[in-house]
Amino acid sequence: MVFFKIVLLLLLIVCAVSAAFSKRLLASVIIFMAYSLIMSITWILLEAPDLAITEAAVGAGVSGILFLMTLKKIKRTGNEEKEEKDENR
Amino acid sequence: MRIVDRIRRWLSESPDLLEDAGGIGETRDLPREVMRREQHEADRFLSEGAKSFDRKKFRTVYGILAAASAAILIGVLLTAVAALPRYGVENERMDEVADYYIDHALEDTGAVNIVSGMILDYRAFDTLGESFVLFTALNCVLILLRRDEPGEEGEDDYYDLTHDNILRKAGLVMVPSVILFGFYVMLNGHLSPGGGFSGGAVVGAGLILTAAAFGNAVSARIVTEKTFRILSGTALGFYCLAKSYSFYTGANGIESVVPLGTPGSIFSAGLILPLDIAVGIVVSLTMYGIYRMFRKGSLT
Amino acid sequence: MRNLVYNYEEAVAVVLFGIGFVTLLFHRNLIKKIIGMNIMDTGVFLFLASMGYVKGGSAPIYAENADFYVNPVPAGLVLTGIVVSVSVTAIMLSLAVRLHQRYGTLNLDEIYRIAREKINER
Repeated sequence: MVFFKIVLLLLLIVCAVSAAFSKRLLASVIIFMAYSLIMSITWILLEAPDLAITEAAVGAGVSGILFLMTLKKIKRTGNEEKEEKDENR
Repeated sequence: MRIVDRIRRWLSESPDLLEDAGGIGETRDLPREVMRREQHEADRFLSEGAKSFDRKKFRTVYGILAAASAAILIGVLLTAVAALPRYGVENERMDEVADYYIDHALEDTGAVNIVSGMILDYRAFDTLGESFVLFTALNCVLILLRRDEPGEEGEDDYYDLTHDNILRKAGLVMVPSVILFGFYVMLNGHLSPGGGFSGGAVVGAGLILTAAAFGNAVSARIVTEKTFRILSGTALGFYCLAKSYSFYTGANGIESVVPLGTPGSIFSAGLILPLDIAVGIVVSLTMYGIYRMFRKGSLT
Repeated sequence: MRNLVYNYEEAVAVVLFGIGFVTLLFHRNLIKKIIGMNIMDTGVFLFLASMGYVKGGSAPIYAENADFYVNPVPAGLVLTGIVVSVSVTAIMLSLAVRLHQRYGTLNLDEIYRIAREKINER
């Protein structure tokens, strides 16, 4: 069990780093959603099932959707070539 | 009488409610001059911030300072962690409040789930504030993301996924099960993990999926702006009233008329079940409302 | 240093907080900044919840065969925190959308530059 927990924690760090430093915005949003799911498994291992349900519904579900909607809105209104440059930052 | 009249106008969705108060109703069509001045203010604010920011020397100093402060912060925090009691072993019995909750929650609140009994009974005031935080967030998003020009109707088509066969067919199966699971989690908050927040978030996600899979017409029929106002207002008001009642009886030592019931049955734990439902309604409507604002720029 | 190995969960929480902090400081893109803020949030939540964990304890739901329970107080606090963090995220994202509508970009440097240009035009 401890081994599993340590693997999950390492995965959390990997996900956080790659969400922070990935080149494309869409990829980093999706990695952030995966991060939330791993977090919700960690909550179950910490014996907090209430938090697990909430994190899975809110972190991976709703706020991920909000990020994706924002990206879509931005793509729609912005001009395209500037966006490409923006994304690569 | 004026207040009753205002509430009636609010419920009947009349748009000019706030016009005399100089509130939101007026800002919709500000005179062009005022709008330009405000935008100029915003530009000035931003460019003043940029003046020092753009210099090359400042950039390097900023980089060094930021790296140093981050390193120092992490170092200090890690030192503090090293001084903490050992994880999982010495944490036990170091918190009197938690001991009290664990020993007395069942007889005090009647809830089998201690966390639920805690956040909706012992610390219910906290949860009330949290519901209002959500509601205020929805209002902020509503102010920020309203469509400026009414003519941008075509924008909605861009997000339309209703032609996607996979999404539609999957939605037929997913939507009822997601919403049903949300209600299950919401109603069993005092018996099993879950409660108002998680259940409300799941129901909200189900509503979002409905809107995404079956299009505007269907979701607008399920949740209209009127149900929005009535339901969220009623839920928040009911929360306030119920908690005022239980604080009043608790402070004066009066026996509450709401029975605690047998622990483990669905109708038990006094006020926790109705409060769970109220919180769930507020949370689900808020999640759905924020999504609608992002997608379309209006609530329905 | 040995303690740091024993307290590995809290150490990971601090590291996550640091990653979020660095993202907040060094990225120019507003969406990246918001993601960094969210990572900081979850770091704090993980720290709180792991402070309340008791080895061998069961989840704070009354059961026949449970000897002792983990601390329920951090769970309640974190539950509040998660919901507040999603509302803060929603507000920040809508502000970002507004900025994008006005300046056409989410890069902070570009926003500064365009604002300066607009000032100079007048």
